[in-house]
Amino acid sequence: MKYDMIMIRYGELALKGRNRDIFEKILLQRVKEALPPDTSATVYRSYGRMYVDLNGEQAEEVIRRLQRVFGIISVSPIKRVESSKEAIKQGALELIRSIVPAPATFRVVTRRADKRYPQSSMDVSRMVGTHILRNVPGIKVDLHQPDAVVQIEIRSEGTFLTSETVPGCGGLPVGASGKVLLLLSGGIDSPVAGWMMMKRGVALEAVHFHSYPFTSERSLQKVRDLARKLAEWGGAIRLHVVPFTEIQTAIRERCPEDYLITIMRRFMMRISERIARENGALALATGESLGQVASQTLESMQTINNVVQIPILRPLISMDKVEIMDVARKIDTYELSILPYEDCCTIFTPKNPVTRPKPEQASRFEQRLDVEGLVASAVTGTVVEEIAAQPREVGAELF
Amino acid sequence: MIYLDNSATTKPYPEVVETVRQVMENYYGNPSSLHQKGVEAEQVLKQARQIAAHALRVKPGEIIFTSGGTESNNTAIKGVATQYRNRGKHLVTTQIEHPAVYDVCKQLEAFGYEVTYLPVNAEGRISLEELKQAIRPDTILVSVMHVNNELGTIQPIAEIGAYLQRFPKIVFHVDAVQSFGKIPLHVREWGIDLLSVSAHKFHGPRGVGILYKREGLQIQPLLTGGGQEAGVRSGTENLPAIAGMAKAIRIMEERREQTAALYRELTARLRRGIASIPGCVVNTPEELTAPHILNFSVPGVKAEVLLHALEEQGFLVSTRSACSSKRNEPSRVLMATGMGRERALSAIRLSVGAENKPEEMDRFVDVLRDAVQRLRPYQNV
Repeated sequence: MKYDMIMIRYGELALKGRNRDIFEKILLQRVKEALPPDTSATVYRSYGRMYVDLNGEQAEEVIRRLQRVFGIISVSPIKRVESSKEAIKQGALELIRSIVPAPATFRVVTRRADKRYPQSSMDVSRMVGTHILRNVPGIKVDLHQPDAVVQIEIRSEGTFLTSETVPGCGGLPVGASGKVLLLLSGGIDSPVAGWMMMKRGVALEAVHFHSYPFTSERSLQKVRDLARKLAEWGGAIRLHVVPFTEIQTAIRERCPEDYLITIMRRFMMRISERIARENGALALATGESLGQVASQTLESMQTINNVVQIPILRPLISMDKVEIMDVARKIDTYELSILPYEDCCTIFTPKNPVTRPKPEQASRFEQRLDVEGLVASAVTGTVVEEIAAQPREVGAELF
Repeated sequence: MIYLDNSATTKPYPEVVETVRQVMENYYGNPSSLHQKGVEAEQVLKQARQIAAHALRVKPGEIIFTSGGTESNNTAIKGVATQYRNRGKHLVTTQIEHPAVYDVCKQLEAFGYEVTYLPVNAEGRISLEELKQAIRPDTILVSVMHVNNELGTIQPIAEIGAYLQRFPKIVFHVDAVQSFGKIPLHVREWGIDLLSVSAHKFHGPRGVGILYKREGLQIQPLLTGGGQEAGVRSGTENLPAIAGMAKAIRIMEERREQTAALYRELTARLRRGIASIPGCVVNTPEELTAPHILNFSVPGVKAEVLLHALEEQGFLVSTRSACSSKRNEPSRVLMATGMGRERALSAIRLSVGAENKPEEMDRFVDVLRDAVQRLRPYQNV
């Protein structure tokens, strides 16, 4: 079936008053960005809906991409025909014939947005239904639980036919809720946390702590790849790569082993807070989940939060590992996350990290370090990379 | 010379040759090495894997690079046979498989496995009913090719896959060497567990192929060693060839619709022309066949004689699967369709590729008409 357009439906929730217009403008922008590169398809808004005019592009590919745009509830590929009896009948027949597997039952639903159209909606439905019954052998009408619904919408600019509604991913369009800085390790949790934040309309930047040569180029590449996966959902992501070796070595040399992780994470927060402020992010987000590892207890979180003023969002806080893994599989980050490269959280892991660290004690240990100097030098040494959904990778020229 | 033996192998696209060259020159690192050259090579490998996964609509982790169709088939069948030998020792396949499946099954029989070889009808197609009846409690593998390499017949893979859903312990292997890129292939929807692909059948390099292995399925590796390819296929990856294959896949995807139309046009012309020559019979059925293969016979004329007569006029064709064309016996595949010995011995396989042009097909038909006329006095197989 060669479709002409795609209709986009988006939720009405959280859309009150002037917010609605802002929301729609952002969504429009996200939809434009989601279209294939160098596409001839165009997007426009009309009466609480959005349409992609395909201009000859494949509907399948565009729909696949739209399914990754937050804020979209569902989409339908549309065939546009002239508003004449013959054209509507013919178009509807073609449409139902193109459905695989062939439906055994169907119904026709007509909406007449253009009230000047002479026939009533019921008459159009009856006319089209009869035409289908006559021309598709064996098919029956079922008004209650049909296999296929032929939807007809008669509008002034033509008649739209569709039989398919593909679910979108819901949420709010990225950019509708401000910006957050995600602490992205190479693990399973942090990409999921980032995705969940994006789902609520947040634009992401990411920060990664790199401890070369303790962690390899491969582990950094893995983080870039994960950021790329997220970029497929929310557009390009700026990745701040923080040199962390000096801080980790300093902590290891001067602080007690059971506090290594706590102090390390306090440093991460301090650095992230500064990067967030410099880049207009209003909160940090992490992949922590309560009780998952020793450093993810309430005491630990409190000790970690203690050194910064910025809100720390933890969207996975109440999720089980299994639930997190399910999302990771769904958003296709799982496979990448389980690649076995060392990252900043796995090197120097103490045997018995403290599960109930105290802020005062952590501060006392940190007095042995030049906290301000270390943080400042890490921030200065941070390298920013733009991670696009479509990478220019090493070797990309080959393909 | 006009090359009509694309089922045997294809001429690599110039872009593929260029990719292979560039990889040999610039990405000579071992993808497993930890240094920069290794990381770069690994990146090339990763992108190639993504391209392959995207084309098959599966996950990158489900793609195993092999040395080609034969290795993919061997890995799949022997891998399942050894992994699940405690579950049962019965395999189901067909009489018309390529030797890379058929002979592997014969080999397994020597190791104490039992194999049911499903018969085919006159069109070269197995029946789902017979497959259902062949299934036993100790069946561990069903291996059916998607497109037959000699006749071009398409097997009912979707239906078989749907039926096998009832037997989660039976592994379903599909040899897609002749079908990948030629006709629609829905690996997941059809419930395929293992699938074989070979690059030199679609204008990629030879010596490289893919084994799709469904996530979670365990099989015993044929080659053990360094643990490359998720442990299923050890050995340093043949990166130039793998990248060349990915390039060929990319090109194939880009030109999918136009090549499909071209192949259909080419074989349609051949079919029409050949059918009009007295003494010629088209063996490839009209319906449910791949668009690139057309098999015909000139009963009474020995295939090899006809082949050389056509070659003299500038057309390269084959008598059957290149892998068995040197034996002087009628094709096992054609005989399985119940075809007479005389007709089977005179069978010629034409297989078109991206380089062929419609006019060449018309010329071929003219040349064939003359050849048949010339050879008629010597008809006697």
